[in-house]
Amino acid sequence: MTDIAQPSSHAATPVPPKRRGALQKLWQNQSLWRGITAIIVFLVIWEIGARWDEWFGKEWMIPGVGLIPPPTDVATTWLEVLPKAGYWESWVSSFRRVISGFLMAMLLGIPFGLMLAVNKYFRDLFFPPFEILRPIPPLAWVPASLIFWPTNEMSIAFITFLGAFFTIVINVLGGARNIDVRYLRAAQSMGASQWDLFSKIILPGTLPSIFTGAAVGMGITWEVVLAAEMISGGGTQGGGGLGFFIWNSYMGGSLEQIVVGMISVGIAGYLSSSAIRAIGDWYMPWKRLF
Amino acid sequence: MAQDTLDASVKATDPTAGKSKVELRNVSKSYGDEWEQQRVIDRLNVEIKPGELTVIVGPSGCGKSTLVNLIAGFEFPDSGEILLDDKPVTGPARDRMVVFQETALIPWQTTYQNIVFGPKLRGDLRGKALQQEADRLLAKVGLSEFKHKYPLQLSGGMQRRAELARALINNPRIMIMDEPFRGLDAMSRGLMQEFFLRLFEENRRTNLFVTSEIDEAIFLADRIVVLSNRPAQVRTVIEVNLPRPRDYKMLASAEAYAIKREAMAILHEEAMKSFKAGSGADFAEAYGKDGGGGH
Repeated sequence: MTDIAQPSSHAATPVPPKRRGALQKLWQNQSLWRGITAIIVFLVIWEIGARWDEWFGKEWMIPGVGLIPPPTDVATTWLEVLPKAGYWESWVSSFRRVISGFLMAMLLGIPFGLMLAVNKYFRDLFFPPFEILRPIPPLAWVPASLIFWPTNEMSIAFITFLGAFFTIVINVLGGARNIDVRYLRAAQSMGASQWDLFSKIILPGTLPSIFTGAAVGMGITWEVVLAAEMISGGGTQGGGGLGFFIWNSYMGGSLEQIVVGMISVGIAGYLSSSAIRAIGDWYMPWKRLF
Repeated sequence: MAQDTLDASVKATDPTAGKSKVELRNVSKSYGDEWEQQRVIDRLNVEIKPGELTVIVGPSGCGKSTLVNLIAGFEFPDSGEILLDDKPVTGPARDRMVVFQETALIPWQTTYQNIVFGPKLRGDLRGKALQQEADRLLAKVGLSEFKHKYPLQLSGGMQRRAELARALINNPRIMIMDEPFRGLDAMSRGLMQEFFLRLFEENRRTNLFVTSEIDEAIFLADRIVVLSNRPAQVRTVIEVNLPRPRDYKMLASAEAYAIKREAMAILHEEAMKSFKAGSGADFAEAYGKDGGGGH
């Protein structure tokens, strides 16, 4: 009988892998190198495409390709812009709007989604109006909120909030309703109260969906903030954010600076979603361990 | 090795362990609304005797899982009564622990956290005593080294053993096993059956084991209750008098063969009924009419 009761035998200790330094690991990381190669190839093709007529003459122009600033010019402009305070103020104000709208959406969206999931009366009452409001794109709210809210800043915050709110609620609701009923039943058999079921099964069971909702919501927030900043014409004294930065460059006719603004938004969005992924990995160890 | 300790501790904490029984009297259960009712269980009478391992077999979809849900108290019968030691079942409680199909370990808790979940909730075992009891059960199911692993890091067989430990720590009066080894490969399944059998033979805690595999049923059971096609009724009850402790060779004995033949005949008949009623009709339609002509 003992050999049945000792299954540890088929989990024999594996040969410990050779220790590698952090730098060596980075050097040997194949996906990292593939990523870098892809970006370089992309930049080279872009450079060639943008300088085609300059290098080969107008008669060899590729049809349909108009004015595109080559990446080298964009880089030069970026270097010029980098030391300017206005550029960084744009970053700060966009980030401030994204984070405040996003946090508000999480703060209200998670409890609201959970209430919809666990309480039938609440769901019957609030789900229909929610579902009618949900398909309205955040940008359709712009005119109404510009009129309704006293300041530009508040309208932008409100629209940003809407962008993330609906996504977060839908994800939380779906996640909480999809929890395996056997977890709930097992807990009930072991004597769990309603509160235990909520705090020990439903809430942790919904976490993965909360993080999915947060990641998607964060992406939408960036889209919405940018558009809202362009439409509202930015705030006062250069606090217009990256959206206004792009719009301003367009009005000023600086193609290179438009692209600088666009890439800045890309980097900002990437940083935001990486942060959410990192928090998710840290907070849900059971998700990354298989 | 740890045999007598479990025996002793079970008896010390619960003198009735192995002496509890469950009776189902005229139990019926239907699903659906008032327009379309599907009767799943029809006036079922089953007795799960104290200290016995009662195995329920039946064709798939015959209502075995519903039966488990009723006894566990997750659902309630439309009529009839379910008695645990002569008292009606009113809901889920720690005196009836279920080991579910596949695995129902909580994925965000480690093996250890899963095992201590019940006692911790109720607060009836805590601190050092709880730790010791959990460690003892972990050793018993051979998972001491996997104490701090998450369920998804365990193999299928390990998950089932962890789940057995999680049920046992609650010291239930009866154990309900709902096709617990389904989904395991043949090798792990065989090992789990032997492991489970040793566990049962140690203290003979009243046990209800649901399966659709006749060999598994014969190997484990004191009594086999064969259910009919939906709605479930008892077709026959077979006493399995193979000696204990059992081993796999006994499945090749003349007695085991006789039981298998008897049970197979009934099960085949019942399975054919459901085949004709359900998927069989589609099958006949698809291949019967145009002689199976392909496109």
